[in-house]
Amino acid sequence: MSESKEVILELRDVTSAYGNIEALKGISLKVHKGEIVSIIGANGAGKSTTLMTICNIVPTVKGDIFYQGERINALGSEVLPTMGLCQVPEGRRIFPRLTVTENLEMGAFFRKDQAGIKDDMERAFEFFPKLRERRRQLGGTLSGGEQQMLAIGRAIMSRPKVLLLDEPSMGLAPLIVQQIFKIIEEINSQGVTVLLVEQNANLALQASHRGYVLETGSVVMEDDASALLSNSDIRKAYLGE
Amino acid sequence: MDYFLQQLVNGITLGGVYALIALGYTMVYGIIQLINFAHGEFFAAGGYMGVIIISYLSAQGMSPVLCIALGLGLTMGYCALLAMAVEKVAYKPLRSSSRLSVLLSALGMSIFLQNGLMLTQGVYDKAYPTEMTAGGFHFGNVVVSYMQIYIVLITAALLICLNLLVFKTRIGKAMRATAQDKVMSALVGINSNKIISLTFAIGAGLAAAAGIMVGFYYGSVNYSMGFVPGIKAFAAAVLGGIGNITGAMVGGLIIGMVEIFAAGYLSSEYKDVFAFIILIAVLYFRPTGIMGENVDDTRV
Amino acid sequence: MIHEFKKRWVSFGIGLIWLFVILWPLLGIKPEGLEFGTTFALWGKLAVAALCIMIVYELNVRGVFDGAKKAGSAITGSTRKAYAAIPQWLLLLILLALALVFPSMTGRYGHDVACNVLIYVCLGLGLNIVVGLAGLLDLGYIAFYGVGAYTYALLSIHYQLSFWMSLPIAGCLAAIAGCIIGYPTLRMRGDYLAIVTLGFGEIVRLILNNWMELTNGPNGLSGIKRPGVYWLDMTNGWTLEHFWVKKVWMYYYVILFIAICTIIAVYRLNYSRIGRAWEAIREDETAAELMGVNTFLLKLLAYASGAVFAGFAGAFFASRMRFVSPESFTFLESAMVLAMVVLGGMGSIPGVILGALALIALPEVFREFDLYRMLVFGGVMTVMMLVRPKGLWPAKRVGRRSEEMD
Repeated sequence: MSESKEVILELRDVTSAYGNIEALKGISLKVHKGEIVSIIGANGAGKSTTLMTICNIVPTVKGDIFYQGERINALGSEVLPTMGLCQVPEGRRIFPRLTVTENLEMGAFFRKDQAGIKDDMERAFEFFPKLRERRRQLGGTLSGGEQQMLAIGRAIMSRPKVLLLDEPSMGLAPLIVQQIFKIIEEINSQGVTVLLVEQNANLALQASHRGYVLETGSVVMEDDASALLSNSDIRKAYLGE
Repeated sequence: MDYFLQQLVNGITLGGVYALIALGYTMVYGIIQLINFAHGEFFAAGGYMGVIIISYLSAQGMSPVLCIALGLGLTMGYCALLAMAVEKVAYKPLRSSSRLSVLLSALGMSIFLQNGLMLTQGVYDKAYPTEMTAGGFHFGNVVVSYMQIYIVLITAALLICLNLLVFKTRIGKAMRATAQDKVMSALVGINSNKIISLTFAIGAGLAAAAGIMVGFYYGSVNYSMGFVPGIKAFAAAVLGGIGNITGAMVGGLIIGMVEIFAAGYLSSEYKDVFAFIILIAVLYFRPTGIMGENVDDTRV
Repeated sequence: MIHEFKKRWVSFGIGLIWLFVILWPLLGIKPEGLEFGTTFALWGKLAVAALCIMIVYELNVRGVFDGAKKAGSAITGSTRKAYAAIPQWLLLLILLALALVFPSMTGRYGHDVACNVLIYVCLGLGLNIVVGLAGLLDLGYIAFYGVGAYTYALLSIHYQLSFWMSLPIAGCLAAIAGCIIGYPTLRMRGDYLAIVTLGFGEIVRLILNNWMELTNGPNGLSGIKRPGVYWLDMTNGWTLEHFWVKKVWMYYYVILFIAICTIIAVYRLNYSRIGRAWEAIREDETAAELMGVNTFLLKLLAYASGAVFAGFAGAFFASRMRFVSPESFTFLESAMVLAMVVLGGMGSIPGVILGALALIALPEVFREFDLYRMLVFGGVMTVMMLVRPKGLWPAKRVGRRSEEMD
């Protein structure tokens, strides 16, 4: 279903490093418009680093990153959200001493249209009614699940075209994880492209169209999600069989 | 009793000044975890720029109130520019270095600015046109000078403006967000460099206002005047819980009060000793200050 | 490339305008009226200097100096190789010999500066234990120096105790002062510690300044005895001759002796079990505690042992000046010592020595521009940090901190 669509985000042979320690060793991947693509892999495979490199928090050493046909390697991290590329990082990173409402407002920091921001805040509260109850509470006092909801809510406040999600299931109860994945699919159905990084490969692949498998900083496999799910090697390595 | 009330008035005045300086320390610390040793110099530069501008304006025949208002505004703007320049040159390139390197850089800037002031303005005290604000109210034996009223009013106004800015506006929220998590605030589109620059500007502006008020209060300014109020304001910021804006205000008031009351009732030679002993005692029982949260656990 | 070029020059231009805006009000606004001449003159000079630097930088970016650089790196490479080839003990021996014959090569002024440098070497090494090894930021370190100096001064004046007898007492008292300061601060972390130590430093100075009966206040104490030395005299048989250290070069040998003892002691501490424990505390206090390091005792020990060396240096300072006053123990001195440690390279012994040399001896070179000396000093301090944030001679064992990782 995705072959014919245009490529919205592309990494070409990207290498990046923390100081002298190479974290990504030449990664290439493509995300088409409207897809959910997941990146799976073990701890330390470079999944989170991939997202951080796309957002230029970790600098690219070699290779090119294209977003909507434009090379974005050298753009400042703070410019990308204004172009519709938005990340929910690992560990959620809620602003602990801002209230829930303020956290959401920060998601729309660069936007000037007050009315639109208000609408989007309503939309976020509709997605996550729990947040409405807690809107005056400080972000740091929320439970893990609520924080994840807030992080996603904050991200959609920027009206992203591409949403990068890092480990949305981390540390959450299975029921809440189910709920969050449902919402991710719903956001996707409203036209937001999603690049998902997950430890929980089963869940991630079930929700996505295509998947990439990362091992120690390199892509070792890429295929349709259903194909990966039925691949015996993958099942052995990542799905616990 | 009269004596007590008089000391109370003096304590509030001095405390307000300390609070203004302490805010700069606490805001800068909150956002980049730096003890900005050059902050006391912004205060001194404010004191000088105030007397320069106000003397000029009054020589042009402007009315005293207008002189002070305009002088205050221009001086705050000047010190804001100065602070932004210092930040750009001495701190920004060291964002990713160890904190001690930045601390040393700040120390170097402090020495540099202090001597720059000395070279351009001379080593002698510069007198303030205190006749502008001479006089005061007498309540029995308690004297409240017009200057003290000015100081308290201006301080209160500045503190209220700052609170509104930090807690109500979009920029203020971005400042707090940047202080809490720089990576995440970049990911939502906040340009942290601009916010940090702004923080320096605001802090220095407040210190500059304090400089002018101290100039009027004591009647003169000196190139080395930044140091002692600087460390006391820093102590006030820590006392209140460094990084916490309300804490800095409370801490400033406490340090000012302790100093005045210790000088009045115990010993004027040892007044600073008491201020530091209070600080140490409070930190001994509450290691993160009065209002500080236990969030900063980073080491040298 | 073109984009970068343009950006550089635009920011250069903005910087110059900014500089003018900052300079002019200081120089040009007078009650009599506004004046631009002096500001333009000064600003013009600065602008030309900045332009020269920019042009050199631009040429550097374009690769004009690549040839020279290659030659330069070849030279440094070969010296480094030569340095590695010479055994360590030989180098130390050469250095020691140089230090020993130094007085015969220079005059009184040189001896004076050398004495100062060595005093600060002791101070820097002491502070290095607290800041560099244990990672506790101490901004009031000079207080221990003051305690040492006043201890010897008082002992000498009131009890006629000799220098060598007083030296251990001064060290002990400084260590006790270290424990007194250390104890309440042990619960604090990071920058809370900084202000508390700064506060203690100020308290000590204020007490020295105000306790008239004991310290004679701001007038200071004078009439302190010189150190005495026993010397093997062979003119009439083998007898021990006692004489007072009078000449500056003799003082130089006394402080050289103290400094060498300090270096050896700090070196031994650095590579001992205790030194490793300190480094563990610096890197992660909680983890160190969980591994069974007694952090309470060790932090106290760090304060105490750092203070001992300051106490020694202080006693020597008192005997050398034969006069002490609170003015010598201000915050600026603490800041100077800290600057040596950081500028030299935290936790590194040769670094601290180099730092002391740079901060004490170099300003002497600029004596002629007396007025601008401190201005230049402050500026150079900042520039040094910008150029070499890790110090001149970073310690080898100091790895990257966890906090720098992200």
